[in-house]
Amino acid sequence: MMDSFFQRSLEDIIKGLRLCPPGTEPTFIAKSLDDIRREIKSSDRSTKATALQKLTYLHSIHGVDMSWAAFHSVELASSSTHSHKRIAFLSASLSFNPSSTDVILLLTHQLRKDLSSSNAHDVSLALSTLSSICNPDLCRDLTPELFTLLGSSKFFVRKKAIAVVLRVFEEYPDAVRVCFKRIVENLETSDMGILSAVVELLCELTVKEPRSYLPLAPEFYKILVDSRNNWVLIKVLKIFAKLIPLEPRLGKRVVEPICEHLRRMGAKSLAFECVRMIVTSLSEHESALRLAVGTVREFLLDDDPNLKYLGLQALAIVAQKHMWAVLENKELVVKALSDVDPNIKLEALRLVMSTVSADNVMDICTILISHALKSDPEFCNEILGCIFLTCSRNFYEVIFDFEWYVSFLGEMARIPYCQKGTEIETQLVDIGMRVKDARLELVSVARDLVIDPALLGNPFVHGVLAAAAWISGEYVNLSRNPFELMEALLQPRTSLLTPSVRSVYIQSAFKVLMFCIYSYVKLDGDDTSYPSGLTESVSERDLGRSFATVGSESLSDSELDNENVVITGGQPPSFSSRKQHLTEESIMGLINLAETNLGPLSGSDEVEIQDRASNVLGFIKLVKPKLHGCLDQSRGDIMKDELKAPEMIKLIYDLFSEELGPVSLNAQERVPLPDGLALKENLGDLEAICGDVEFSLPMSFSLVKPQMAAQDSAHVLECPSKEVCEPSSESTSLLAEHRKRHGLYYLPPEDKEVVDKDYQPTREPKGKAIDATEDLVKLTEPFFVKKKSNRVKPRPVVVKLDDVEEANVLVEKHEFKPDLLSGAVQEVLLGNEATASSSRKSSNKSNNDITNTAESSQASFVGSGRRKHHTHGKGRTNRTSGKEKEERSHKDEHKRDSRDHKHKSRQRAEGTLNVDVQSSVIPDFLL
Amino acid sequence: MIRGVIIMNDQGKPRLVKFYEFQPVEKQQELIRSIYKILCSRADNVSNFVKVDSLFGPDVRLVYKTFATLYFVFIFDNSENELAMLDLMQVFVETLDKCFSNVCELDIVFNFNKVHTILDEIILGGQVLETSSSEVMKAVDEISKLERSGNSIIPSIPGWQGR
Repeated sequence: MMDSFFQRSLEDIIKGLRLCPPGTEPTFIAKSLDDIRREIKSSDRSTKATALQKLTYLHSIHGVDMSWAAFHSVELASSSTHSHKRIAFLSASLSFNPSSTDVILLLTHQLRKDLSSSNAHDVSLALSTLSSICNPDLCRDLTPELFTLLGSSKFFVRKKAIAVVLRVFEEYPDAVRVCFKRIVENLETSDMGILSAVVELLCELTVKEPRSYLPLAPEFYKILVDSRNNWVLIKVLKIFAKLIPLEPRLGKRVVEPICEHLRRMGAKSLAFECVRMIVTSLSEHESALRLAVGTVREFLLDDDPNLKYLGLQALAIVAQKHMWAVLENKELVVKALSDVDPNIKLEALRLVMSTVSADNVMDICTILISHALKSDPEFCNEILGCIFLTCSRNFYEVIFDFEWYVSFLGEMARIPYCQKGTEIETQLVDIGMRVKDARLELVSVARDLVIDPALLGNPFVHGVLAAAAWISGEYVNLSRNPFELMEALLQPRTSLLTPSVRSVYIQSAFKVLMFCIYSYVKLDGDDTSYPSGLTESVSERDLGRSFATVGSESLSDSELDNENVVITGGQPPSFSSRKQHLTEESIMGLINLAETNLGPLSGSDEVEIQDRASNVLGFIKLVKPKLHGCLDQSRGDIMKDELKAPEMIKLIYDLFSEELGPVSLNAQERVPLPDGLALKENLGDLEAICGDVEFSLPMSFSLVKPQMAAQDSAHVLECPSKEVCEPSSESTSLLAEHRKRHGLYYLPPEDKEVVDKDYQPTREPKGKAIDATEDLVKLTEPFFVKKKSNRVKPRPVVVKLDDVEEANVLVEKHEFKPDLLSGAVQEVLLGNEATASSSRKSSNKSNNDITNTAESSQASFVGSGRRKHHTHGKGRTNRTSGKEKEERSHKDEHKRDSRDHKHKSRQRAEGTLNVDVQSSVIPDFLL
Repeated sequence: MIRGVIIMNDQGKPRLVKFYEFQPVEKQQELIRSIYKILCSRADNVSNFVKVDSLFGPDVRLVYKTFATLYFVFIFDNSENELAMLDLMQVFVETLDKCFSNVCELDIVFNFNKVHTILDEIILGGQVLETSSSEVMKAVDEISKLERSGNSIIPSIPGWQGR
């Protein structure tokens, strides 16, 4: 008594906590906990209750651990005073962990007593506690009480019992056999509270595994037609949304009632659920869809941001199949883009992107970008990300005008807070490799980027600059002015770049330099046209060509021819300018520029930079003296040795002239295993051998390619010798061999043809290209906003590799895993089929049609069910005993035995009577 | 199913925390902090839904509403209707209002047990039980009577009135 007199109440604790100066809260809590630890042991129930109440509060609101007090909750729960009991059960439901609190089982008896109590509030308290703390053992032991409550005459109690059943089924699926029939019976009730609880329960169960509940479709239909309760209707709609995909005939049945509800325009929640139902499951019903889209429009026009947001979401679902719905509401969607609500903006953006097609992509991107520039950086990047993702989708499916897209990418990189550099970088390079026709524009975009010194200072665009530099180097033959490129690539401010980007710059500078020298020498050779030199070079070229054809990759004669065209007058302005530039002085200037800028870098502490700079410098050292020779030659001083200079330059140039193409993601998988190479063999036992004879290991490896190794070593040995030409021709042949291997290995034989075709210029297979475009047009036709007739140019070919596509398409397998719960449900539903359907026949005469459909579906179930019954008469017992075996692990022997007994007797009853009847099943169970 | 109900004030202090699936208490505190971070960054007059996949897994949503100094938060999955959840929140607040006549934050602070009792009458095990605030009130009144009658030593904490 004294204890309780001086004990601080929960209110005191709360007041104390509120008066605590900041920072002293933990001390106060610790002190209170000390008090609680003392008080909670008190023999006086009231003192104990108050202590537990305080502890629960501190646990729930301040995160104090109270697992140590679990037993005290159990103790107090047995109090006869309702308020104590309530405190005890609240603490249990807030703190007990169903899977690890071991004192839960000590509550079994108390809960059973309370569930059978005559006081409705005792029962309801026990039920809500049970739902929070139930574990399989508790559920198993309390199922009989729960079953009784499901038939309780007090509706207040019955609906709570129904709500608890969900948890019990999850934990202990066998409870379904006992309880499910009563739950289904409750569907016939007139009490809204109970009906709502049952429908809610069935909705949760259906979401998990719809198939088992198909036989109940007639009941649900009846509710759908008759009920006026929004809560119930929403849940029934949710159930049908799950059932219709399994039984499409249901769709025709329910579409009219749903439209009825929608037309009535009662609660917005119900209206939205109807809309969602129609757009997800009933979108093939034209009139219903019209109605739903109309409602969505009302939502979008509403001032309530919630309705706007949900409306956009519904529209996004429709958009997958019926683009017209979005187009009809286009202006509202675009308006939503500038909404204050970030949710709505994002949703609208996604919706806009889903409408993108080949014809409107340019317009949409322009609108979005002008919008992005006005909005905050975060949303701007969101927009950019969305655009890049959509445009690159399925190998740039929607892009017809690559010139536009490439220059668009270039512009985007210049947006100050653009953080999508990685995407731009990847796409620029990817387009370069895949879309041949876009390269000219790509090169000019890359030039603009590389040449702009301001961009070098922005770390966000370094990735883009790397891509631009790579493009400038790789496709330098398309460049108007290689000299300015060279200057740009070597400008002093490149020191601001990260080493990895800078090494790309140097490598690109190498390619540009190579190209300039080669063009110069070749031009020179052509102009002077020395017979001997020419023939030799031609024969050499033929050789190279034959390698190329053997390799079947595109070293591309066309490439070389193009080259000639460009140089000799294909494009007059560039030709003349280049010709002007290609003088001895300019070339020497270029070489000197490279030398002065890269000279210091050969001592860089970044290996990549050092390596590449040394490469260029080495090349210059090699070429510079020869160039003088070449110039001499042009002056008419023919010396046979010096002819080799252009040859060498040409050979090195050829090294770079091979076109790089996209490589399939799973190329490695297609490399056939060479004979004698056992990749999958376990090398574990090799260790024993290797331990003894270590030197045998390298030998065994060198056996794989003895020739290669020999040649390599020869190559290395000969390299320093004066005969520069010889080893390089050898290296060319090695290269050719390598290419050949590429051709054979990287792509499978059947693919090779496709790739070859794709690499050809578009103009040649004109018919085919046009066909492809026409197909595309046909495909996208329904989605066009406005048809543009002035598309003169066919879409450039985008190189695709078949298998990449395959790899990207995720095949979703729908797996139907019958779990314990659904198995039990089906059993009960099918077992009860006779009584249920007979009662339905008598009651639902007006609904004959639906009953028939459902019964036909039911019949198939029943058929299989019956077969099961007949043929697996013993199978059932086997199955159950198997199930018990599983459970045996965590059940004590004694209980299992008694349960086994119950089980068997029940099964016997079910087995003999099969259908029906409550009266025979329940008494057996309640024994 | 409803996954949880949280009431917290505009400083992120929890006033009521109820999860319908067991969550360790540290996790609860962490979730409350993350939710508060999301909520306080949102402007007024924007939609009440937040996607919280990152906190609760796919398809889980959160609806919140501000009442004076308090955030009411319901967390639920896709077997619930978003607008219906807003309605249910309204029922909850209405009931609190009837129960404490003009409810304010302090009522909820000082009536920990009673708020839980009210919530338990509306939602059980994550399922909606009762959507009429007068029905809820009836049950809660009966329970209070029951508590008072069986308990002479500790008076059940009356509605906190002397503000």
